[in-house]
Amino acid sequence: MSNAIIPLLLDSLASAALIFFAAVGLTLVFSVLRVLNVAHGSLYSIGGYVAASLCLFIASRQLNPYLSFAALLFSAVFVAAIFGPLIERSLVRWTYGKSEAVQILITFGLFLMLEDLQRMIFGVQSFYEDAPMRLLGTLTIGGVVYLNYQILLIGMALLVVISLRLLVNHTRLGRLITAVVTDREMAQSIGIDTNRIFILAFSLGVFLAALGGALATPTSGIAPGLGADTMVLAFAVAAIGGLGQIEGAAVASLIVGVARVLAIYLVPSLDAVAPYAAMLVVLLIRPYGLFGSMTARRI
Amino acid sequence: MTRPILEARGLHVAFNGVKAADGVSISIHDGEFLAIIGPNGSGKTTLLNICTGYIRPGSGSVLLDGHDITHLSPRAIARRGVARAFQIPQLFSAQRVIDNMMLALAAKDGLWNAIRPLDTGARRAEAKALLDLIGLADDTDRISSTLPEGHRKLLDIAVALALKPRLLLLDEPTSGVSALERFPLMEALMSALRQRQITALFVEHDMDVVARYASRVLVWNAGNIMAEGRPDQVFSNAQVRERVIGVA
Amino acid sequence: MRTIVAASAVLILAVLPVAAPWLQFVLTLAIAKGFAALGVAVLLRAGLISIGHAMFFAASAYGVAFLARAGINDLGLLLILSVLAAALLGAIAGLFLVRYRAIFFAMLNLAVSMVFYALCAKLYSVTGGTDGMTVPVPAVFGVVLGEPTFKSVLFYISLALMLLVGLAIQRYLNSPLGHALAAVHSNEIRLEYLGIPVWAVLLVAYVVSAALAGLGGAIAGFAIGRVVPDFAFWTASGHLVLIAVLGGIGGVPGAFIGALFLELLHSVAVTVTDAWNLIVGLTLIVVIMFLPQGFYGLFSRKEASSL
Repeated sequence: MSNAIIPLLLDSLASAALIFFAAVGLTLVFSVLRVLNVAHGSLYSIGGYVAASLCLFIASRQLNPYLSFAALLFSAVFVAAIFGPLIERSLVRWTYGKSEAVQILITFGLFLMLEDLQRMIFGVQSFYEDAPMRLLGTLTIGGVVYLNYQILLIGMALLVVISLRLLVNHTRLGRLITAVVTDREMAQSIGIDTNRIFILAFSLGVFLAALGGALATPTSGIAPGLGADTMVLAFAVAAIGGLGQIEGAAVASLIVGVARVLAIYLVPSLDAVAPYAAMLVVLLIRPYGLFGSMTARRI
Repeated sequence: MTRPILEARGLHVAFNGVKAADGVSISIHDGEFLAIIGPNGSGKTTLLNICTGYIRPGSGSVLLDGHDITHLSPRAIARRGVARAFQIPQLFSAQRVIDNMMLALAAKDGLWNAIRPLDTGARRAEAKALLDLIGLADDTDRISSTLPEGHRKLLDIAVALALKPRLLLLDEPTSGVSALERFPLMEALMSALRQRQITALFVEHDMDVVARYASRVLVWNAGNIMAEGRPDQVFSNAQVRERVIGVA
Repeated sequence: MRTIVAASAVLILAVLPVAAPWLQFVLTLAIAKGFAALGVAVLLRAGLISIGHAMFFAASAYGVAFLARAGINDLGLLLILSVLAAALLGAIAGLFLVRYRAIFFAMLNLAVSMVFYALCAKLYSVTGGTDGMTVPVPAVFGVVLGEPTFKSVLFYISLALMLLVGLAIQRYLNSPLGHALAAVHSNEIRLEYLGIPVWAVLLVAYVVSAALAGLGGAIAGFAIGRVVPDFAFWTASGHLVLIAVLGGIGGVPGAFIGALFLELLHSVAVTVTDAWNLIVGLTLIVVIMFLPQGFYGLFSRKEASSL
């Protein structure tokens, strides 16, 4: 019995971890900046491309293969440092206080540009470099084989949830962010440099997206269209959890991960439907998501 | 005495433990111009919100012509002939003044026409006449967000009048209106009410306005009615003078 | 004056394919997308942004394919039935969706359309999966045509529909119901207090917008000869919003101007560069930042509504 269930569970958790990485940055950016970044999925795939390129480079030069783990992390930092401040300052900042339609469209324009940029830089062939996964090998317990890389993914996701919570609750930066989230004008009036907070928060969101992409490449490779697919999945998860809710995104990732894996095992033809069907059901019942709350209506 | 148009019975409302209405009953009869006065935060706007279905009372009921409307929506109550003007004007601010008026007129009849234009000659003339009456003749084609606050207030009232209500609820009609414009506004309002035989209830802070125009005054304090009667009776009540008007 | 401009524009469109036959397909597709973008623009007037309207575009095209498979072979009938199907789907979805606003409306539309997309892509036995379904050449008023002739007929029918439907939508937007729709963006509380049921105003608009997207989808299906799940993918929905905003949501011509501009630019651009999305994305950003009323705002003197 457990031989059948535990691998299923591990698959679900690993899948949930990857989905969580895609969604958590989106939800974080939304909670601080109040902007739904439609280009978020592209940043995920850019992270993946950079990581895959670095890993391929490491393999081709026959450098120490364990460097590829550093490469995964480095690519996320690299993408965040370049794109985070650049995008926030040039485009996203312009949309603050504007309608959702404007925010969605501006970032959709960015999404289109980033998709082409990726195609121009990385080409249209798919990348696959699974050195990090092979290096970690497998673990056999009770006759069942597990991929250690999956366990690493789950661990990383937990690490991110805990770190973000610690960051928000127990650091100065976290308190500043909370102040900005609670009342932007008030935060400004007491002298908090909101522009700096916005750049940091947005870059952190980009970092998480790129990290997700980087961590995903060893398991699934990367190909054109990944950004668009990831985007809508991240949307679904963020919406289920409640936009702006970090733990909500974690729980939603679990729901979607389990739903997906169950669908793959039970009705394989419907695996792609599962996340959106879950999103639809949750949003129709609780439009603000599982963990979101309603904002006051105006009069 | 005839049956009241609007009657509230035993209203209880509390927000976070603060009582906005504590067993209040009021009624308003045909042809009255009833003023409600009282300190800020005493629950006057809450009363209007309850009477128009925007919030539900904790207990008690609201009757319109003897029918219970406590649980109807603002929309359903509006369709029964109760219109409201707001303390903060509620306008279609991106639209022109005349379009605000014509949409209000169309709401009464002809909304479901998707073929004929909103701007028919007859509807425009009717809207124009109301704007002339209320003193907005020169603002017809302005975008309503560009109006000065006093004129936004007038437009809000004109929109409510365009519904041809039987009962009009006004929330501080003269607030935001300059002292010079107050009496002209009230004169225009009174003549519109008389001409169209509209009964009205108004919440007001300007005691001069109340003394001059109200046919009856209710003094609301801490969720209760403290005094009630003709303006001269109420204003001579020592308790009212002390607590509400602020002169001993 | 404006009538003259509009008439000459349509006239130019009508003769263009005679001069340059390759343009016929481009223009037919542009009109098709123009219809769908007009549907999106109708909702944008109420401040509602749908990132899911490609679903109705695709649903109608699939509708044509299914009906043709079932033996219906008349262009008029296929158009009417498939638009009705899209409208019906719009009525069902709209019943649930018009309660929501802002980001929630956008996301729910996205969710519904992605369920639709995933079903189309996965139900191989019904929809042909990612291969899609063919849309055969139908008869026109009982006359069986060869494919090139049909494509010409389709273009001129689309052009005529653009005029007729465009005028009808213009009337709708000028009617009390259309004004009430724009008023939803301004002040819902006042609408309620006028006794106007906001949900019904929005539901009518939603059905109209779904029908428009459906009309576009049916035309696109005929023009391309095939319908695939990608018709309904979220990026396609995003493109419809993009077209509506590029053209300007202030008036009916905006959606078609946006679509024509984009399709023509596309057919020119692909001959020089493959960075098409880069150009479109940049154009979109520039237009939103510097031309909030879209291209149509350049032509129309009356104040056009913007986002």
